[in-house]
Amino acid sequence: MSVLSVNGLTVSFTTDGGTLTALRDVSFDIPDQRIVGVVGESGCGKSTLINAILGLLADNGRIDAGSVLFQNDRELTRLGDSDMRALRGQRISTVFQDPMGALNPVLSVGHQMINVQYRSGRSKAEKIARAVEMLRKVRIPDADTALSRYPHQFSGGMKQRIAIAMALMMEPALLIADEPTTALDATLEVATIELLKELQRDIGCSVLFISHHLGVIAELCDEVIVMYAGEVVERGTTRQVFNDPRHPYTFRLLDCDPARQHQRVRHLPTIPGEIPDLRRRPEGCIFAARCHRVHYACMRTPPVTEVGNGHAARCWLAGNPETVKVTA
Amino acid sequence: MGDCPILAYALKRLVLAIVIISVAMTLLFAMIYLIPGDPAKVALGPRATPEMVESLRVRMGLDQPIWVQFWRFYSGVWRGDLGIEVLSGRPVLTVVLEQLPYTLALIAGAISWSVALGIPLGCIAAIKRGGWVDRVVGIVSVAVIAVPSFVIAIYALLIFAVSLRWLPAIGAGEPGDLGDQLLHLILPSLAVGLGWVGYIARMVRASMLEVLEASHIRTARAFGLPENQITYSYALRIAILPTVTLLGVGVGQMLSSAVFAEIVFARPGIGKLVYDSILTRNYPLVTGSVLVTTAFFVFVNVIADLVIGALDPRVRSGFG
Ligand SMILES: Nc1ncnc2c1ncn2[C@@H]1O[C@H](COP(=O)(O)OP(=O)(O)O)[C@@H](O)[C@H]1O
Ligand SMILES: [Mg+2]
Repeated sequence: MSVLSVNGLTVSFTTDGGTLTALRDVSFDIPDQRIVGVVGESGCGKSTLINAILGLLADNGRIDAGSVLFQNDRELTRLGDSDMRALRGQRISTVFQDPMGALNPVLSVGHQMINVQYRSGRSKAEKIARAVEMLRKVRIPDADTALSRYPHQFSGGMKQRIAIAMALMMEPALLIADEPTTALDATLEVATIELLKELQRDIGCSVLFISHHLGVIAELCDEVIVMYAGEVVERGTTRQVFNDPRHPYTFRLLDCDPARQHQRVRHLPTIPGEIPDLRRRPEGCIFAARCHRVHYACMRTPPVTEVGNGHAARCWLAGNPETVKVTA
Repeated sequence: MGDCPILAYALKRLVLAIVIISVAMTLLFAMIYLIPGDPAKVALGPRATPEMVESLRVRMGLDQPIWVQFWRFYSGVWRGDLGIEVLSGRPVLTVVLEQLPYTLALIAGAISWSVALGIPLGCIAAIKRGGWVDRVVGIVSVAVIAVPSFVIAIYALLIFAVSLRWLPAIGAGEPGDLGDQLLHLILPSLAVGLGWVGYIARMVRASMLEVLEASHIRTARAFGLPENQITYSYALRIAILPTVTLLGVGVGQMLSSAVFAEIVFARPGIGKLVYDSILTRNYPLVTGSVLVTTAFFVFVNVIADLVIGALDPRVRSGFG
């Protein structure tokens, strides 16, 4: 059973400089009660992926192809506005990156937490009780009085935990977290990750977790998706991807981090070169211009090659691990 | 947020009010002192004998050294003594307070127009950004901002009162007849407030667009909250804050438009009073009216601050 199954998703934006293809043929599955991580450089389409799933693409964005199937029965790309709204916050919740700005500054925390439950059919008293319960779960001190306080009266770490509490209040089937810890310091990051893991087990939801932080991905996620320039270049279980990378891009990301997941790399390692202009996608393999293993075959777009149980990479050399791992 | 920040805020505001009113008094005093012509002579007219002028000068204190005159004026004001009006001999404060309600009603009417029209128009323009509503609101806003309020006053008078005869042309209405008074208020307050409808529409549109981009709005959408709730409860509450400040300051400008509106519509009020007393060189009335107006302006800005405090908890805990 999978909670979310994305297939061949292609998203483009209309811009002044032409059509920008932000996601191309993106496919992956989020199994029940699993945590799936997404890594990739800034600008590779992670936020676009989330917005496409949530039906919150900017006005100039469009889903050109593909499907997003939720719990095997609802096709999100074809769901009407009000059905989609009913799903958001109830069955699919989101925690965004910026904890400082995620809460409305002029409404009390309680007001916002009660508003989020408006589809629950609970009475006001039940909603308040539920909000207090969730604040306790994310270890906000004085949970009862916290409801009447305003966001600016909490620290950044607490605000992020309140955002998590709000997201999990309706016990969603899927939690989407867009770099939820990037803005926090290292100690808070560990605490937040641990909390997230605990709550995920508690509620039994799946998580789509986006991060720059390979160490956090390794620690938290069951499966990993590696994205590059709007394409999924490799996916598999965390163990498969981290121990046996089959795409040169993944390999380079991990190679730049000698201690691998044991060392906490707060930002993705930098690889020479830049993401190609997504308005004029080059022919062939999207990574070719920066790849240390580039050869004549890369002129043509490589297929997604399944190399193990659920482990796949979009590279001509995927079936040939020894070649991938040769450094330049 | 306890009692203390509010107290500290009130104290700070009080000191500021005293400073502002003192500065206004000094400027007024200097201005009248510098204006050529002897107020006593002007008040008595060309046929007065030198003895009559001299005795009025003594009564008005004009024979005293300048610093004595200033101190009398200054300390008098804080005792509520704005002097005696030259022509009728009545206390200035009484005369000014008689006229004040008419101007207050005019300003309140102007604010009502600008809030009742400006906020919804700005909101709709922001939500339908780039659409035809947005463009029409944009053009009309700039137009009403650009046209001086006395021009609006004259056209409103000509169209709605003289040609169409929908609304009364002059005066403030029957005393005691609230409906009639409100009817008489419509055109003058529209003349004073119309430009502000434009300002506020543009201001609300700009801050709405900014707030709608904020990440907490994206969060609210991601929680599937109804779009109306997001617009009016989550976004507008924040977008309205700069408008409240703008209005507080804008009351000063409205007060000067009120002078024209009161003259054009022959309405009683402070503006008309100042105008008439300048013509007759009734200086105590000029100073008195300006001081009362200044105090009113300071008061309005305190109200604006309190409203912002009520709307924005971040400001509330920073009061003081
Ligand atoms: N509304 C938009 N209009 C035009 N281009 C956009 C828009 N949103 C995102 N993009 C482009 O799509 C690409 C992916 O962006 P994004 O999803 O934000 O990446 P990430 O979250 O991985 O940093 C970028 O090249 C970005 O410039
Ligand atoms: Mg992003």
